[in-house]
Amino acid sequence: MAESQDLPSIGPNNGLDAAAALTRQFISFRVGDDEFAIDIMAVREIKGWTETTVLPNQQNYMLGVLNLRGTIVPIFDLRCRFGLGLTTTTRSHVVIIVAISGRLLGLLVDAVSDILTVNAADIRPVPDVDQPIDNAFLAGIIPVGDSMVVLLSLENLFANHGPANTAVAA
Amino acid sequence: MSTPTFGSDELAQFRRTFFEECTELLADLEERLGALVAFSSDVESLNAIFRAVHSVKAGAGAFGYSVLVGFAHRFEALLDRLRDGKVELDERTLAALIAAADVFSALVDLARQSETPADDFGAEVAEELKALLDGAAAPQPTLREPAEFVEMPAAPVEKTYRIVFRPNAELFRHANEPLYLIRELKTLGTLTVDCDLARLPPFDAFNVDDAYLGWTMTLRADCAPTAIAEVFEFVDDECELTIEEIAPIASVADEAPLKAETEKPAVAVAPPAEKKAVERKASDNKTAGNAASISSIRVDLYRVDRLVNMVGELVIAQAMLAQQFTESHSTDDPTALQGFEHLAGLTRELQECVMAIRMQPVKSVFSRMPRLVRDVGHKTGKDVRLEMAGEQTEVDKTVIEELADPLTHMIRNAVDHGIEDAEVRLAAGKPAEGVIRLSAQHAGSNILIHVEDDGAGLDRDRLLAKATEKGIVSPNVKLSGEEIDELIFAPGFSTAAAVTDVSGRGVGMDVVRRNVQALGGRVQVTSTAGKGTRFTLVIPLTLAVLDGMVVAVGWEKYILPLTSIVESFRPGRGQIRVIPGGGEVVSIRGEFVRLIHLARVFGVSEAVADPCEGLVVLIELANGSKLGVVVDELIGQQQVVIKSLQDNYDPVPGISGATILGNGRVALIVDIEELTRLYDRNVRIADATMRPMAANA
Repeated sequence: MAESQDLPSIGPNNGLDAAAALTRQFISFRVGDDEFAIDIMAVREIKGWTETTVLPNQQNYMLGVLNLRGTIVPIFDLRCRFGLGLTTTTRSHVVIIVAISGRLLGLLVDAVSDILTVNAADIRPVPDVDQPIDNAFLAGIIPVGDSMVVLLSLENLFANHGPANTAVAA
Repeated sequence: MSTPTFGSDELAQFRRTFFEECTELLADLEERLGALVAFSSDVESLNAIFRAVHSVKAGAGAFGYSVLVGFAHRFEALLDRLRDGKVELDERTLAALIAAADVFSALVDLARQSETPADDFGAEVAEELKALLDGAAAPQPTLREPAEFVEMPAAPVEKTYRIVFRPNAELFRHANEPLYLIRELKTLGTLTVDCDLARLPPFDAFNVDDAYLGWTMTLRADCAPTAIAEVFEFVDDECELTIEEIAPIASVADEAPLKAETEKPAVAVAPPAEKKAVERKASDNKTAGNAASISSIRVDLYRVDRLVNMVGELVIAQAMLAQQFTESHSTDDPTALQGFEHLAGLTRELQECVMAIRMQPVKSVFSRMPRLVRDVGHKTGKDVRLEMAGEQTEVDKTVIEELADPLTHMIRNAVDHGIEDAEVRLAAGKPAEGVIRLSAQHAGSNILIHVEDDGAGLDRDRLLAKATEKGIVSPNVKLSGEEIDELIFAPGFSTAAAVTDVSGRGVGMDVVRRNVQALGGRVQVTSTAGKGTRFTLVIPLTLAVLDGMVVAVGWEKYILPLTSIVESFRPGRGQIRVIPGGGEVVSIRGEFVRLIHLARVFGVSEAVADPCEGLVVLIELANGSKLGVVVDELIGQQQVVIKSLQDNYDPVPGISGATILGNGRVALIVDIEELTRLYDRNVRIADATMRPMAANA
């Protein structure tokens, strides 16, 4: 995304010190026609899509598990998580491996776009509007040029990504 | 010679090591105590317990855990008296020793957590120890020995001591530092120190490693001379030491016994030989007829785990490499093939070696059981003997840790509910003393543990009545005797009400089963009315690898645990029978076995739907019942490295773990015990009304 290149200097900076302290970095990626971003600190690596081993009886957005150098990592289809249907995966699809609360998991996205450096003050709250994507997933909106990138809350996305059928009481 | 200064890091490290040692020593103590309970008046055990207490005390002293030291001291004193035969080893002393061991280990725990025990912590036990000691001292008022205990109720009268301390030249070479001793003395009271330079050699003869200085000190304190001797405990064989009271108030009569004692400060404490005895554990064990004499090193568990993981990765990498090679080089290259075979052999051997590092005898868990039997026996007023066999059977350390709870449960149940009261036993023509047998043995890649009692057996009528009442079994279902026995494992069966009402078992047996299943194992019960009950635990030796059968279902590959597989076959049309309600059974050698389609349970598409075109894998479940699992085909048998799914994801019903196949892909390990339950839920959810509440669900 070319327009995001000029992003770091956005807004009237009232002194460099404050800016340096409050800048955050995000990785932006594309799912369908929309741009999303997650905190770069959560990202462990980015890899091409490979076939997963399907886990039985899971939510449909849970695509199965991958062998990541000996570690078993669950992979989630973000598009499907947003309720926009399953991704038809190709070799050009990308999995972003992130660490959330001590666990590793992979997010299937269409493509990784950019690294955004943003002033914390520039992150806007999400307006309460009717939309297909649940508001709880959204942590804020980052304006990028004329367009915008939606900042995701990973914690909320996968807070309870357990099996489709909750386990029978033991 | 400058004072060695220990940074807080080093100190923390020493502290950690000390507590690690404590854990081992306490385990040893516990084990020996068990032996003592079983075969009373075992001098070797008494010695071992004494050494354990003493070693903990010595370390505790160095770290300044005074309460622990105080208690250890009294504990030790009683043990010493027992060794000398001055105190009789009877029921009361034994009870006191057990109680003392508990307090002792609680004190160690408190020290570990850097907590200060309450003032009256273990006071009752300490009183009992004292009472036993006093009782021993009274009839034999030997002058020297009771003096040791003078320090306990120490009279707060300030005395003045003259202490002459002349270390031998080697003192420093044994990592001793007189300055610490002097500082320690200073904590006892007012100390004046004179340094004695007489032995200092001329400069050219000076050897920096030798100790030349001596000290003459005057201490004014309200402590007993033994307390002073204790300060020098670690150096008493490396120095000349005299401690004498020079208080003008002390009468001549008082002085005599004190002097007698102080001249030999090692009386109260163990001779140095005994301190080292713990390290010579191997030879001790030999004399006790236990473990073979092996020397050992202490290794951080983390390092072992890392090694195990790395070798696991190596095994996978080797398998992947071999597979890639055979795929890309279809032409025979004998040297390369030989090389791969050699590599495979070495890898497997390496893996076995690494696994062996983590193997430990089950003794560490078994040894807690004699006490338990004793305790519960006392509480229930039953006379029960525990017989153990196979304590040396080795199993992975992680498995051992997980065994303690289920075994404790089962043994407690066996005493509480299994063994009848003495009158009942006598009336039934059995000896009044009940017997519980606990044994372990290897069986393939599993360990078999039996818990057996010669009690009344399970009362099936009452079990069934209770289960019906609780709604676990619907009233119109006919259950076989074995199925009724199985009810004790049913969740919800073991409530408090069941414990008091049912004279069978029931305390947390479902928890036992769950724990055992979590280990990939199974637990079975067999019971004969009037003869007793026998629980059998089958548990894999290690949680790290599994002998598995790779099966294909549609596009997916699953691993079935090999130990549960009885056989596999392709059934003929006539062997399959659909029963009303949607279930399918296969008849094999006159037995009807329920069929479960793995594809349907796991929702796999494009799998073989007709069992006659696929394969039926006959598996035996934990409760002994059989199940036919329908798969597309068998790929082959393979030892797989178990990976946890739960590191990064939630538990998946029906899946006990995962592994990585030679092609680098993840394959799931099927939790066969869950299959029936899942099948019932996923496939037959519609006709739930037809489903009897099976006991093996």
